[in-house]
Amino acid sequence: MSAATRKKPLPLAVISGVFIVAWLIAAAFPFFWTVWGSFKVEADFFSRLTWWNAITGPVTQQQIGGSFIGAGYYGAWVTNSFWRSVINTAIVSVFVVIISLTFGTLGGYALARSGQRYSFWILIVALVFRAMPHITLVSGYLLPFFQLNIWGHLPTAIIVLVAINQPFTLWMLHSFFLGIPKDLDESAMVDGCTRFEAFRRVVIPVMWPGVITTGLFSFLLAYNDFAVTAMLLNQDNQTMVPKIQSFMSSIYQSGNVMYAVAAVVSATVPLFILVLFFQRQIVSGLTAGAVKG
Amino acid sequence: MKHRTFFWFILPSALAMLLFIALPVVSVAIQSLYIEHSKVMVTVESCGPFGCTKDTHVDAEKTLELQRAEPLGRFNGLGTYFNRSHLAVAEIGTILANNTGLSDVAGRIYALPLYRALAFTLAYCFLVTPLAMLLGFLIALGVNGLPHLIKGPAIFISLLPMIITPLVGSLIIYWMIDSNGIIGANLQALFHDPNLYLKASPVLTWVVLILYGIWTNAPFSFVVFYAGLQMVPQDTLESAMVDGASRWERIRFVVIPSIAPLATFVALVQLMDNFRVFEPIVGFNAEANASSLSSAIFEDLHGQNAQLFGSAAATSVLTIIGVVILLTPVLIRTWREFSRKAV
Repeated sequence: MSAATRKKPLPLAVISGVFIVAWLIAAAFPFFWTVWGSFKVEADFFSRLTWWNAITGPVTQQQIGGSFIGAGYYGAWVTNSFWRSVINTAIVSVFVVIISLTFGTLGGYALARSGQRYSFWILIVALVFRAMPHITLVSGYLLPFFQLNIWGHLPTAIIVLVAINQPFTLWMLHSFFLGIPKDLDESAMVDGCTRFEAFRRVVIPVMWPGVITTGLFSFLLAYNDFAVTAMLLNQDNQTMVPKIQSFMSSIYQSGNVMYAVAAVVSATVPLFILVLFFQRQIVSGLTAGAVKG
Repeated sequence: MKHRTFFWFILPSALAMLLFIALPVVSVAIQSLYIEHSKVMVTVESCGPFGCTKDTHVDAEKTLELQRAEPLGRFNGLGTYFNRSHLAVAEIGTILANNTGLSDVAGRIYALPLYRALAFTLAYCFLVTPLAMLLGFLIALGVNGLPHLIKGPAIFISLLPMIITPLVGSLIIYWMIDSNGIIGANLQALFHDPNLYLKASPVLTWVVLILYGIWTNAPFSFVVFYAGLQMVPQDTLESAMVDGASRWERIRFVVIPSIAPLATFVALVQLMDNFRVFEPIVGFNAEANASSLSSAIFEDLHGQNAQLFGSAAATSVLTIIGVVILLTPVLIRTWREFSRKAV
């Protein structure tokens, strides 16, 4: 198709340009605004006079003589020991990713290669499980976990998140495995590998792109979770998201909203970096399910 | 693959799902049949120099003992399902028998907690899903027309609202619409109404929550539709142009049909996710004006004084039934496709 025929008429080009710019501002501005404001004092970020104060920061200037203040971060990280929640989040997300991928690759591979009727049923059941609101499951966990005395610990939350994550991981890895030719593992088995050896030595090495993409989504689920971690972890083991929520209920009385703002910005930064480096994998992961099935 | 090998491969995954998804559903169903013990009361007669007084108070020790012995509580049958905070059968009966018109009926039913949560959940589901898909489609068309160099950054920015932790994202927006925040303050100035407060009325709270939902849901539709646009058959587009199809006609008759299968997929995923809308309500501190099924369960479990396991479990069971109803058309379709393939 020649460039001339594709060219949009001017009014349409203007409308579509304005629309895209408006969307990009709507998508990005809240983050820049909050990051910028997190280095101001509360009287500036929530100024009663004019919102322009959040940009110039006159009260911040007055109080410390500079334009930026790290008091919110100090208050959150040190005074309210947000650092502990950061470590907990790191532990939870790393282990959830590792265990989810181990279980998921095994199961997804089996489902992709089986071709039996029951493998279809397992996928359908997984689809129903995938739709289950997490909080309904949490209300099922609480009493048994109290009885078994395993409530409140990190391993409990990890294994629960792994299980909740399984349906999605199975579907995604299953569709990635379908894209790998059967001949590959069958020829390895003809050469004397067992099924598991073929899986580990031949299939997994060519599966890395799919595994990394699925791992990203497992990470996001564990990192972003609120329902499970808020209800299943005790005060000391809280991860970042429930910690921020508990900030919200306590700080309004003490007037330290900026602590929460700083904590929110701290929790957002890793996600930014993740998208920055893995944009391609995230996009391919989101479309994998849609385009193939 | 041999059945035996299949079994060992699927075992860890199946076991995890069985223990932590299937079993909790059973546990929820059982819990919903029980209700908290009532407090054990004791009446103590204390006699002083001015005669005897009878005093009734809670026997904390005995109550605790009873709770330990029977942690589930006492059996209540289906009682919890029909009480005022759930299906409220008796209340609905009274409202229907004795009312002053349709709006009266709707208003009074909306005052019942479960129906209030259901109304918001369904409204959120069926408003956010199509609107976010429409917005996502328009963004996909727009980004597709951008010069190659800025496509990457545009996709990066467009992904942010979706990738952000839901609770964190809603807090960021919540602070901006605060009456001292940038959006809230400017809206007040724009409408010359110093009392305009986006969190003040139920209607405005609903609007804010739904706009937030569209904001976080649009990127997913955008990404899928954008990938779909790359696969629209170019020859068909070209021949449509040769036949004199206008720009709109090309979108309507070539682009939309070729990405329609993707739309059903997006709609399914978005409906499932929106049905469990929860974090925005906590983040926007909106419990007073809006509640969803998930947030109602959370409230029961998070109660300051006592956790209402029975009540939470009954709402959970009703929610699960809702999910299954929502999924039925999809399941039937998948089943038909599968049996057609098998034959």
